Amino acid sequence: MSESKKWFSLDLDLNKKSESSGTCGCGNTQESCGSSHKQEELSAEEFYEAAINASIGDERKKDGFEQVFDVQMDRRDAFKKLTASLLIGAGAVSSCTSVVQGADSKEKAQIDWEEQFKGNYKLMTDDEKKQTVDRLMRSYELRTGKNINMSSKNAEEDVLFGYAFNISKCQGYMNCVTACVEENNQDRKSQMQYIRIHEMKDGKGFNFNEADDNYYHEVPAEGHFYMGTQCFHCDNPPCVDVCPVQATWKEEDGLVVIDYDWCVGCRYCMAACPYDGRRFNWSKPEVPENEINKNQHYLGNRIRKKGVMEKCTFCVQRSRKGKNPACVEACPTGARIFGNLLDPDSTIRWVLENKKVFRLKEDLGTEPKFWYFMD
Amino acid sequence: MRQLKVIRSLVIDSLDTITKGSKKYHLWMGFLTLVMLIGMYCYSIQLDEGLSVTGMTDRVSWGLYISNFTFLVGVAAAAVMLVMPTYVLKDIDFKQAVLIGEGLAVAALIMCLAFVVADMGGPSVLWHMIPGIGVFNFPNSMLTWDVIVLNGYLFINISIPFYILYRHYQNKEAKKNIYVPGAVLSVFWAVGIHLVTAFLYQGLQARPFWNNALLGPRFLASAFAAGPALIILVLAIIRSFTAFKIPDKTIGKIAMIVTVAAQINLIMLVSELFKEFYAPTHHSESAYYLFFGLHGKNALLPWIWTAIPLNVLATVMLTFGKLRKNPRILYFCCFILFVAIWIEKGFGLIVPGFIPGPYGKIAEYLPTGIEVGVTLGIWALGAFVFTILAKTAIGIELGELRFKLKKMES
Repeated sequence: MSESKKWFSLDLDLNKKSESSGTCGCGNTQESCGSSHKQEELSAEEFYEAAINASIGDERKKDGFEQVFDVQMDRRDAFKKLTASLLIGAGAVSSCTSVVQGADSKEKAQIDWEEQFKGNYKLMTDDEKKQTVDRLMRSYELRTGKNINMSSKNAEEDVLFGYAFNISKCQGYMNCVTACVEENNQDRKSQMQYIRIHEMKDGKGFNFNEADDNYYHEVPAEGHFYMGTQCFHCDNPPCVDVCPVQATWKEEDGLVVIDYDWCVGCRYCMAACPYDGRRFNWSKPEVPENEINKNQHYLGNRIRKKGVMEKCTFCVQRSRKGKNPACVEACPTGARIFGNLLDPDSTIRWVLENKKVFRLKEDLGTEPKFWYFMD
Repeated sequence: MRQLKVIRSLVIDSLDTITKGSKKYHLWMGFLTLVMLIGMYCYSIQLDEGLSVTGMTDRVSWGLYISNFTFLVGVAAAAVMLVMPTYVLKDIDFKQAVLIGEGLAVAALIMCLAFVVADMGGPSVLWHMIPGIGVFNFPNSMLTWDVIVLNGYLFINISIPFYILYRHYQNKEAKKNIYVPGAVLSVFWAVGIHLVTAFLYQGLQARPFWNNALLGPRFLASAFAAGPALIILVLAIIRSFTAFKIPDKTIGKIAMIVTVAAQINLIMLVSELFKEFYAPTHHSESAYYLFFGLHGKNALLPWIWTAIPLNVLATVMLTFGKLRKNPRILYFCCFILFVAIWIEKGFGLIVPGFIPGPYGKIAEYLPTGIEVGVTLGIWALGAFVFTILAKTAIGIELGELRFKLKKMES
């Protein structure tokens, strides 16, 4: 496992070439990693895709439930036929009941239907990703009359995101928390926050037990220091392994993401996370229309639904466009540093090479890509 | 064709039996239906509003549902303690009790599945978990293992009794070489379901309270105490309300099983307490919270300090053969043991796993009325299913239900 690490380590320059040539940091074999679309070599999945391409050809352009049912169906022709007949029946019902409705509501129903039975985003081709994003944008337009911009941008090559937090600089202003909530369209009703700022007492060390992560007073409070936690985007994330439906996974650029539409809401990942990094939508999230951030990403800040998990994505909608996450941009003290761990000239690399960094709960073997340091 | 006819007649006959009975029986079924309806109403509110109507939060994200699920997996697994001596060790004594035990396992499994579904945030997309049309994260996720073993166990426990009853219904002997392999398999499977369910929690390095090698074995020991204890109580009820003959010897043997399992369970409890409190570490905080409370937060204290004395009292009383052989004392012991293990293996296990949180936050959990309503509804569902199964099985075993060719012709 240690040979395939992609995060920073001292001899990075020596093995960087081999790292970027297609091994995956998850430590699994390529078949089971499942995030290998960008690779040069044919992985098992791509070979499988190519085989389907060759055999089905034009029929390749599938969407909605067809895509779902076709994903693993080839091996089970009998079952496929069985479900196909079922789907024809169901499709007939859905189309005949909507004859009397207007074109808009018909389209809405069509979109809802296709969204309900679409596949797992992780296993979608780029085309399919685009289709679902288009459907979601159109659905939003039909519902509210307003346009949003949703991206399905994949991870870029030779990018691995990492984060560093300067404990000496943080003063507990919580601008990061506010910016995060606004950027990521989090539920205002339950006041969901990805970031927690822990106020610790001087002279007690990193004593989380005595820390307060829910303070309402003027900061910086005397005799205290501050430390922020959020999802650490572990390189060996326990939350990903436990998900029964692979609704959460690690992307090529190291982001641990969730397909909100695939999540069944069992909250096993929440129990498995040692860092309190995950949040659940206990009720339907509410964001006032005028506060909605309309620059969205499928895996990021799009509006979630009731009963699904969500979490920090290092603002995937921003970071994949080369911008800093909202928390980094909002921090008035410069305590937060974000960047590409594979870029030797990045600030984050400078921090890792020149500061005495540490991570939380390293003994658990989760390998967070989130380091703490002090001036 | 004949087989179909027999099945049709069996279904009709069993529908006939389960809809007829004494006044007490109708009252019982009516009561269960009422509780189920209340549960369904509560669940409809939960579906509509989301899980925010429960007491669960981001800090304590599993509660009453998962607690009951965990406990009931144990009850289901316990059916094996009757299957083994009957079919494998050829101890005829148990034969009558075993059908009841397997019926209980089926009811417990149905309750397990209902509790899991009730706990889901998105029950409408549960098809994502069906292998083939969804994505089944096997073998990485222990939850997928659990889905497999629970459904497999359900299948085994439905098919074996069904085969036996189906043969008896036609006045034929059930063929040993057909059902014994299934019974042997179910013995291993029962251990599997409970061990896998323990691994669900045991495998989480984030929760030191669960991440403990004794969890699996302790699950088994407590299950083999609580499950047969429930079976004894059920047999006692059946004995007094129906003509079904259950010899004292059978109950005596099951009581022996309960006793041994309860003793082993107690030894493991002592071992666990020793580890947590002799040299307490940061990881013992959950246990401290459970037994003594932390920083003035002590919601679980009344529960656990009810459970431990009941557990000890029942085990000690059962240990003395004289007390154990007195039916009244035996039933009392079984009842308090069942309650004690329900507390201990239910929210005494699940809730402290989340307290304190990953960063030491202590947020307590208290189930809401809606949560309790759904839970009671599911328990009523289990009792309902079991009553139906048991009534049919007893009818067939007593010879009241028999396939008559003449009846089909007329």
